[in-house]
Amino acid sequence: MAFMTKGDWYNSQAFWQNGPAPGAIYNFPGNTAQSESNGFQRSQAPITTGTSVLGLHYKDGVVIAADVLGSYGSLAKYRNCERLMKVNDNIILGAGGDFADFQYIKNIIEQKILEEECLDDGFSLKPKSLHCWLTRVMYNRRSKFDPFWNNFIIAGMDDDKPFMGTVDKLGTAYADPVITTGYGAYMATPLLRKAYEDNKEMTKEEALQHIHKSMQVLFYRDARSFPKYHVGIINKDGIEIKGPLTLESNWEVANM
Amino acid sequence: MSSVLVPEIPAPGFSFDLCQRNNFLSKKGFQVPKAIKTGTTIAGIVYKDGVILGADTRATEDTIVADKNCRKIHYLAQNMYVCGAGTAADTDMTSQMIASQLELHRLNTGRIVPVCTANAMLKQLLFRHQGHIGAALVLGGVDLDGPHLHCIFPHGSSDTQQYTTMGSGSLAAMAVFESRWKPGLSEEEGKELVADAIRAGVFNDLASGSNVDLCIIRKGSVEYIRPYDVANVKGVKQSSYRYKRGTTAVLAQTIRPIIIEKETICKVDTESMDTSS
Amino acid sequence: MAMLNEYSGRNLPDYEFEAVKKVHFSPYADNGGSVIALAGDDFCIIAGDTRLSSGFSIYTREQQKLFPLSNTTVLGCSGCWCDTLTLTRILSARMQMYKHEHHKEMSTPAAAQMLSTMLYYKRFFPYYVSNMLAGLDENGKGCVYSYDPIGHCERSNYRAGGSAGALLQPLLDNQVGYKNQEGVDPTPLSQERALSIIKDVFISAAERDIYTGDGISIKIITKDGVKNESFSLRKD
Repeated sequence: MAFMTKGDWYNSQAFWQNGPAPGAIYNFPGNTAQSESNGFQRSQAPITTGTSVLGLHYKDGVVIAADVLGSYGSLAKYRNCERLMKVNDNIILGAGGDFADFQYIKNIIEQKILEEECLDDGFSLKPKSLHCWLTRVMYNRRSKFDPFWNNFIIAGMDDDKPFMGTVDKLGTAYADPVITTGYGAYMATPLLRKAYEDNKEMTKEEALQHIHKSMQVLFYRDARSFPKYHVGIINKDGIEIKGPLTLESNWEVANM
Repeated sequence: MSSVLVPEIPAPGFSFDLCQRNNFLSKKGFQVPKAIKTGTTIAGIVYKDGVILGADTRATEDTIVADKNCRKIHYLAQNMYVCGAGTAADTDMTSQMIASQLELHRLNTGRIVPVCTANAMLKQLLFRHQGHIGAALVLGGVDLDGPHLHCIFPHGSSDTQQYTTMGSGSLAAMAVFESRWKPGLSEEEGKELVADAIRAGVFNDLASGSNVDLCIIRKGSVEYIRPYDVANVKGVKQSSYRYKRGTTAVLAQTIRPIIIEKETICKVDTESMDTSS
Repeated sequence: MAMLNEYSGRNLPDYEFEAVKKVHFSPYADNGGSVIALAGDDFCIIAGDTRLSSGFSIYTREQQKLFPLSNTTVLGCSGCWCDTLTLTRILSARMQMYKHEHHKEMSTPAAAQMLSTMLYYKRFFPYYVSNMLAGLDENGKGCVYSYDPIGHCERSNYRAGGSAGALLQPLLDNQVGYKNQEGVDPTPLSQERALSIIKDVFISAAERDIYTGDGISIKIITKDGVKNESFSLRKD
């Protein structure tokens, strides 16, 4: 095919590239027609998982929380998994879903921050940038049919304004004053949204109170939850990750 | 066997005549028609002197709202009501069937029917049909033993609880109960708590919506409040969409005069309806 | 009893039972949302609701689904949100590249053609997005381009798309296109009329479509630029 080079003025270029050669069959991405014979299967399910992550805006910052359980299917296997990560002095990352994928991404982010600090140019990563970057990472993996099985919440201060955004395994991303993932989306969202709508200028203590109450409700009803959790607080003074805090519970109603 | 004079009475219960045909057709790829689901938030609590049941009023057909003010709290007996989630027809008919059985039972025994009787009848009916009757129910009532609250699942299992929720908005409503329910609530507190639980479903679950209905069952009295709260109001239209006369196309026109053939005047006595039989 | 014996065991079960299914990864999600665009003689209005949802949950009540591409072009997207994000980012990058290469902004018809090509490029792993491009053409006349997910493009004067598209399009056909009306003089659409039709149509959509609600954001495109407006809808 040497005569069909780009420099050949008398012959046209291939009309459509990346397609099947004449007589050949195109291998569609994600199609199983070929994968049965010579394809291979990627990990299609999470193994060790974390459950919900909750996040809530308050007057001058963001509060986010996640419990410490790493579930292995229905087994409560690891009971001291911290799922909140301090990225730099104004970003916290919270993760739900597959714990291995989280640790992998955590490593990459830590490396990214380290390289940035080496530049020593006085700039640091902003939460919106990390949010956008994670969206691309997650979207690219979903497009390869090999997703990172995670739900992330990114919280931080962006130019002195509180920011909170989320990314899921498809790369679906949005920002909102109330974000919850996993079972929390069904049980904690109603409580936190109501609290936020009633008082958009709540104090840090009130926000922590609402988060605590929601974590307690989740402990009552989410079978993959645990009565110990970390809470991350972020405002213009910096980051604080507290925990593990213990949830009190009352099971008396079970005997009524 | 049957004649005009003695018509054949069909066997009681469901007709299963076409089950195998339908199964065959769906295996061949025929789209089976879908039933209306009341993707729902229903809830109930026990309070100081009785039971409070609550429900939203949206019925959906896939992603389309089929009924904006649907009645989901059904009458069972004078002292018992049931909230239904799941397939609309199943919840309606199940509660009607059990209501008639309960009334016969009350007439037979001459007593207030206990709530546990209704619970047993419902779960037996649902179990017999192995989940094909898609009714998830919250049953509440007050009898001689006091207030009772049960939730019954489509496959025929049931639970006895102090507070319970069902339907697609059950988690939202349960979150409200788990954070605020306590024993011995007053009626006002109870009503607001159930209404808040339903509102949590209405605003956070897409398959629930519109208004909040409540039903308060006390010893000897029932209060059915519909609507308790109009949680969502329809927006006001900005302009008018009335058509000018003659906008509809007339394709053909035929005029037939009415011909009066005969005129008779009959006098009807005012007489009360015969109700003796 | 005869009935019972006749059918016992052999022919059961009458219904299909749901067996255990393998968890399968789907790269797509339906995040709902509706977009409407109306074009007039010297303006174009595009509006989208602000609810982002998945399944039966609302992700956020305040998601902007309209993306300004230039001073005279706005893109409205609904469908799979992760694809929307990707598509609009590539699109705005290409708009910028065009601007730097040609020292002028891309015209709406050119952007419409580019979008069509970009969608068809992903023919075998499509962006699952229903797009609507609104703007002014070279003559300053309002134009609306609507797409299917794989790049079919059609210019029209009014169009509804997204989760409530099928509910709204017949109404626009009747009220804006004067279809099925006898003896009406087709008065050109005024900006006020267009705006009130859009609001009313979304009020109706929010009544019956569970994925449409919370609020709408409206962009009015005229030769003077893009004006923003918003309007709230029911939140259930």
